[in-house]
Amino acid sequence: MSSILAAGTEAPDFTLRVTPDQNLTLSDLRGRPVILAFYPADWSPVCGDQMTLYNEILPEFHKHDAELLGISVDGAWCHAAFARDRHLHFPLLSDFEPKGEVARKYRAYRTSEGVAERALFVLDRQGTIVWSYCSPIAVNPGADGILDALEKLSGQASSHGHLESTDHAK
Amino acid sequence: MATLKVPITQNDHIRGPAKAPITLVEYGDYECPHCGRAHPIVNQVRAFFPARLRFVYRHFPLTEIHPHAELAAESAEFAGAAGQFWEMHDALFENQNRLSITTIFLIAAELMLPETALRNALETGQFRNKVRNDFVGGVRSGVNGTPTFFINGVRHDGPYDYASLVAGIQMRAAADART
Repeated sequence: MSSILAAGTEAPDFTLRVTPDQNLTLSDLRGRPVILAFYPADWSPVCGDQMTLYNEILPEFHKHDAELLGISVDGAWCHAAFARDRHLHFPLLSDFEPKGEVARKYRAYRTSEGVAERALFVLDRQGTIVWSYCSPIAVNPGADGILDALEKLSGQASSHGHLESTDHAK
Repeated sequence: MATLKVPITQNDHIRGPAKAPITLVEYGDYECPHCGRAHPIVNQVRAFFPARLRFVYRHFPLTEIHPHAELAAESAEFAGAAGQFWEMHDALFENQNRLSITTIFLIAAELMLPETALRNALETGQFRNKVRNDFVGGVRSGVNGTPTFFINGVRHDGPYDYASLVAGIQMRAAADART
């Protein structure tokens, strides 16, 4: 089994295409918790696929001020079509060129299939991984682990008085 | 191992003996075709354990891909407030292939539920919180798609055809009886 980057590791920064003509840089999101959801491919043929599920849960993530990013090796046009079809309200990033480079940095790439693992990372407001989980590729991991991690983060932030982030400057 | 985080209470919709040793919980969506296929199977499973199993249904509408799922769930709750949850529940699944606002109101009329009150309840979102609470509780319990079943509080990760569900229930019941 793989050993994806663990809690305590600084999350490797990256810039990826989020639409055919826009990029997103991870470090621009400092100051907010970030959920990175690597997944193998768009268009899984089931109703409650992972991205559809997270789309429904988005309001719960937002209660923790967290930003959700889906990442797969699919191209930006494929993501655009998938997001439109499923009415997704969060960004899908294309780890497309060089293929899987970001997934590799998080040790969440399956070389044999050429796709990302079903790997989840929760980053704190400073960009450090506080929780990570790699699910068997065929099993949708759900969102309970993500919400537990976000709750812990919110608890720490309020008890240490860090909730007011000072890191709003770009 | 994913486990049910929200205990069964009187606010739940329960079918079967209240003190049954086996509890089967389904998180479902009235517009999800997989839940539609699971519906008659659940009935068969209930018939297999008539005295030993209670069945609990909770809402998990995937509203972004199923445009009628939320209204169907709220309508079932409306019927539930009038003591007819299961009648509405069965009719929604049995008419899933023509699920629409019209169908929902036709079912309500068939059940002699007052049309104006239903319209009001849906417009004001009277049961939206109840449905949302089911959904959020499901998320916290590890629901990862629809339908998701829990047998005595433990998520059933295998297939949910008749034989697999019965076997899953028998194994869980045997394990629970030993402890």
